[in-house]
Amino acid sequence: MTRHTKIYWAGFAVVMAVLIVAPLVLPEFWRRFLTEVLIWGLLAMSSDLLIGYTGMISFGHSAFFGLGMYGAAAALLMFSPPNLWLAIGFGLVGAAGAALFVAYFSTRLRDIYFAITTLIFSQIFYVIIFTWTKVTGGENGLIFSRPHFSIPYLLDIRFTSTTLHWFVLAVVTGSYLILRRVTQSPFGMVLQSIRENEARTRAIGYPVQRYKIVSVMLSGIFAGLAGVLYAVQNEFAAPDFVYFVTSGDTVIFNVIGGIGTLVGPIVGAGFFQLLRELMSRIFGDQFPYLIPVGFIFIAMIIFLPQGLLGFARRWLNK
Amino acid sequence: MDAVIHFFQTFPYELLLIQTINGIVTGMILALVASGLTLIFGIMDVVNFAHGELFMLGAYVGIIVISSTGNFWLALVVSSLIVAILGAAIQVTTLRPLLGRDPLNTILATFGVSLILQNFALWQFGPVSRKLDQPITSHFNLFYLQYPWYRILITILSAAMIGGLYAFLKYGKFGIWIRATTQDRVMAQAMGIPVPLVHTGVFALGAAMAAASGVLFGPLGSVNHTMGLDWVLKAFIVVVVGGMGNLGGSILAAIFISLLESYASIWVDPSQAVIVSFVVLILTLLFRPTGLFATPK
Repeated sequence: MTRHTKIYWAGFAVVMAVLIVAPLVLPEFWRRFLTEVLIWGLLAMSSDLLIGYTGMISFGHSAFFGLGMYGAAAALLMFSPPNLWLAIGFGLVGAAGAALFVAYFSTRLRDIYFAITTLIFSQIFYVIIFTWTKVTGGENGLIFSRPHFSIPYLLDIRFTSTTLHWFVLAVVTGSYLILRRVTQSPFGMVLQSIRENEARTRAIGYPVQRYKIVSVMLSGIFAGLAGVLYAVQNEFAAPDFVYFVTSGDTVIFNVIGGIGTLVGPIVGAGFFQLLRELMSRIFGDQFPYLIPVGFIFIAMIIFLPQGLLGFARRWLNK
Repeated sequence: MDAVIHFFQTFPYELLLIQTINGIVTGMILALVASGLTLIFGIMDVVNFAHGELFMLGAYVGIIVISSTGNFWLALVVSSLIVAILGAAIQVTTLRPLLGRDPLNTILATFGVSLILQNFALWQFGPVSRKLDQPITSHFNLFYLQYPWYRILITILSAAMIGGLYAFLKYGKFGIWIRATTQDRVMAQAMGIPVPLVHTGVFALGAAMAAASGVLFGPLGSVNHTMGLDWVLKAFIVVVVGGMGNLGGSILAAIFISLLESYASIWVDPSQAVIVSFVVLILTLLFRPTGLFATPK
């Protein structure tokens, strides 16, 4: 074990310990808050695979998030008693389907064009979900009850806000470790090479478009997982989350936290939510907190394009 | 066969004609929005995410001017000027420092601008939709409809503005500077063209066009803080379908897509008719990724 790996895993253990203990000490409101930050963090982290590693900005992550959400809703409403694992399965299949569709078309384009087409595609899903009232509940969305945490023949317990936090934490940590492994694998190296120089990567002989499709799908699947978790936590699915605002927030989390770090986007999500909470406490609910957030966002792009965790980017990816 | 004959016999031809006119009217406004976007993209490599918000602000400033002076045409001019100044300020403060960086930074920065403008509008004007009064209320008879002259006037005005832009780019001194900068930024600078000024001027011009279309569109629909996204999305589709940076292509694409959408809304709900433009986009991406109306080089 090198010194770097030792420090890295020690830091990892400390952060994990804090996050495991947190729900035991925090009051109910902040416990929920922290769980939600983790879920938004997972969504942002999934999009970091595209922005930070493959060099493609997705403005359409709300589609994957939303399909995960509605997939979970479908499973929870169709089967009785509602089953957590079926919800996850349905959500992931939904998100993967959407991701395949988006990836197939939008990876034909690069840079700005990619960003625009992902935005437009996510809007397609929004329009479908918003207008197909019979199935999706339209504007009102769908309401369902939270599934139990169950392992067949062994265990069947009801989620409390603490155990739900641990479950979300486990899923997010697992996703982080998988994504970290992916970015360090030969596959991830090719993605980073596409970011650095696409033409050269193609010239070396890698099928660039296929790599891009896989990275969009991978990213979409993890975004869908975040959608499932959000649905399980809040017990509803609403078209608002498929709307562009969710995608925009995802990009903001990434830029604020630091792209290409995987943990940065989670920090960014936490920073954003905390800022929002603080401002609505100080200035009242009606305060347009997105105006100061917008100024911070622009200032960060100009002066600190690496984001809050940018200084640790190399170290985190070693 | 009988079914086909029946289809043509009962086909609502008058409706088809009405929808053709409607499609051209919205198409011309869309073309005006999209040509501002294309102009900015073609010269600065900047995709202006805040373009829809400039459109929305233009409509709001129009409402304010009309309610204080009562004159629609004054509102059109004042709103364009104010938003042009705002556009110049945005360009100087947020886009100029990003010159030379990865163009993806500019789409992020303009996204930040759109966030600020949209929430400013929500904060200042509230969530309730407002309405702009039509300057001309007279109608003419179109089959069973009383068709407003105002819509015809918009079409002509939009066409005149786009034509004016074209002539300006072709013959005006500043227009020639703009075209020179598009072709070769470094060379233009070497020849003594003040490139930073050209960038700021172009952004202001694009912003003014967005604002003008916002005021013109105002009386046709409702004005609210979220209208920007719908329009910028449509303009993006138009710009991709027409070929990025291609002024003529985006005008044709704007009319083409608006026509298709208004034909589609004969049979389906207008909110679902949007899907037609998505389909056009997908087909374009599949078969002509460089744009439907792009001239092969």
